[in-house]
Amino acid sequence: MDLTYTPEQQAFRAEVRAWLQANVPAEPLEHFDATREGFEAHRDWERTLKSGDWGMVTWPKEYGGRGLDLIQWLIFEEEYYRAGAPGRVNQNGIFLLGPTLIEFGTHKQKQRFLPPMASGEEIWAQAWSEPQAGSDLAGVRSTAVLEGDEYVLNGHKIWSSRAVFADWAFGLFRTPGSERHKGLSLIFFPLDAPGVTVNAIKKINGHVGFAEIFLENVRVPAFNRLGDEGQGWHICMATAGFERGLMLRSPARYQVAAAKLADLWKARGNSADPALEADVVRAHMNADAYALNIYQTASRLIAGAKIGPEASTNKIFWSELDIHLTQTALSILGPSGELTHDAPDAQSVDWIDDYIFALAGPIYAGSNEIQRNIIAERMLGLPR
Amino acid sequence: MDFTLSDEQLMFAETAQTLFADTCGPDHWRKMMEAGVAWDDARWGAIVENGFTLVMLPEELGGLGLSETDFALIAREAGYVALPEPLVESAGVAMPMLAALAPDHEALADPSAVIAVAHPLNPFVANADKATAILLEHGGEAYVAAPDQVELIAQPSIDPLRRLSRVEWDPAAVTRLGAADWDLALDRAAVFNAAMGLGLAQRAVDMAVDYAKERQQFGKPIGSYQAVKHHLASAQVAIEFAKPVVAAAAAEIGARDAQAKARVSHAKIVALEAADKAARASIQVHGAMGYSWEVDVHLFLKRTVALTQTWGTPTFHRARIADRIFTQPMGPDQTFAREAEHA
Repeated sequence: MDLTYTPEQQAFRAEVRAWLQANVPAEPLEHFDATREGFEAHRDWERTLKSGDWGMVTWPKEYGGRGLDLIQWLIFEEEYYRAGAPGRVNQNGIFLLGPTLIEFGTHKQKQRFLPPMASGEEIWAQAWSEPQAGSDLAGVRSTAVLEGDEYVLNGHKIWSSRAVFADWAFGLFRTPGSERHKGLSLIFFPLDAPGVTVNAIKKINGHVGFAEIFLENVRVPAFNRLGDEGQGWHICMATAGFERGLMLRSPARYQVAAAKLADLWKARGNSADPALEADVVRAHMNADAYALNIYQTASRLIAGAKIGPEASTNKIFWSELDIHLTQTALSILGPSGELTHDAPDAQSVDWIDDYIFALAGPIYAGSNEIQRNIIAERMLGLPR
Repeated sequence: MDFTLSDEQLMFAETAQTLFADTCGPDHWRKMMEAGVAWDDARWGAIVENGFTLVMLPEELGGLGLSETDFALIAREAGYVALPEPLVESAGVAMPMLAALAPDHEALADPSAVIAVAHPLNPFVANADKATAILLEHGGEAYVAAPDQVELIAQPSIDPLRRLSRVEWDPAAVTRLGAADWDLALDRAAVFNAAMGLGLAQRAVDMAVDYAKERQQFGKPIGSYQAVKHHLASAQVAIEFAKPVVAAAAAEIGARDAQAKARVSHAKIVALEAADKAARASIQVHGAMGYSWEVDVHLFLKRTVALTQTWGTPTFHRARIADRIFTQPMGPDQTFAREAEHA
């Protein structure tokens, strides 16, 4: 065990910091889920990142990455959040589908899909849930029928993050007649393909962050299937493991928030309220524990381990810490906590937006109830 | 940056696990409780024979000279069996402290000797009744006494396998050792208590899992019900996010700065919170059985109560974390940062 950075890691941090200092937009971009303009501004930022070769640092060089390890990824993320750089509009691609493609894709598929993903040329949405298949994802009904070297897709997807403005989606489709986990395939389709209809759904914050997708006889090449036909569930679970376990929520995000919270407490806190100070301390502890957990996981993966069901503990932990942290901020703000950023007397940090966003955490990427079932059954061995 | 344990460390932990599993299980606990004792000669002999009392003693004094990381692994296993004997405080805290103050002290030459420590934070001393030497504090300085040089007033604990005393003593009547590093003793004790907390927590969860697989209600094992599953899953989440904090706290203890102290305190708080959550979930899952003397979960709850309040209360430790937050830089590049010199 050695909890210090090597000189190379320190030099890498300095390199990332210098590039971000020179390139991060001075003014925050409009949110990518708010408008098409906001979305495209974020796509431009992805292009800028790519110009510095920072699109996806952990991917192999031949697919648009830098071939760096997970500790370097953590350092990159720390500097990224520290610099206040824009949110990653392509996170469904780069953090979820990308690692899965690298594990399960053919060389040709990686060549076709990874470089434009790393550069923001193609921005991805996920199309997993259906009206009748949410937590019970194996209940998906959308179908894929192989005709020659094409799949014909039909069905109805919903709660697809980024789908309103994105270019591509990946989703689970069933071979007709198959049941439950068997017969599912993971297939990519362009969101502007003939037969695809995307209807925006407004979130509780007013943004069109997700959508429902109707597919009517949508034809895509069989090349767009990741892994074998019927292997979709297995691949999907691997994606979910990465999503919950490592990459979806960088610890740095919460460490920045905990630091801002400490500043807010120093500026506006009431020292006669030790219970609230204890919450500020707790927010730091939670962010710190999450960071240490992820460093430990990254170290283990570098040493050859695989992500297992313990990934489900991460998703519960970060989603709960996020709500606690942002709610603590609202408590410090008191009556001005409810003001939106348009209010003349609003504070500079939009804690209320962060709080509303945090409330989605226990729901998406597999609800926390499902995560607790996974922990109980697969980590602890309790019966189904 | 490498946050993994070495193969040697993992093997070391496994040795401790096996020894404790063989010598400290339900039958042993119950016999001891029936006899009203908190000490087993045979088990202590096996602990000494395996070298566990020498882990933190410097090599030049005949010890193994290993690190807090190594000893924390043993402490975790000690927690997993609610070990009654004072291995952790004696060998993990008091022995290296005495070695730093009085390397020639005769208690250090006997690997089976128990050394007790009366830290100014603790009004009651654990296992002073079994000690060859007792470290005492007066005016910031350390003193060492033989048991017959002090008066021990027994203070029964709710934990039937723990022995506490208040020590009455006269500084003029015992050996003065001089200025001592009471903070290091506190940090070590806190981090090893945290490691024990991880063991207590995991045992409480494991006991509940075993029971929930067997116990049937409404025609099914109760462990198949989500209400039961979610209690135990939540406890496991708390354990998983205390583990790396304990590991980092043990690894960084030598830095002695505000960051290291905060992490030790963080470890102490969250590991024992996890133990509390796990023990209470375990009692709940066991139902009325869990509230009975017959099921051993109560031992883990009671040890958790004891360790939570000793070696610094949660309030004490939270203040040390607040000190780190409000006086040192915060942010994502500060996870492993050290206090700047002359900051």
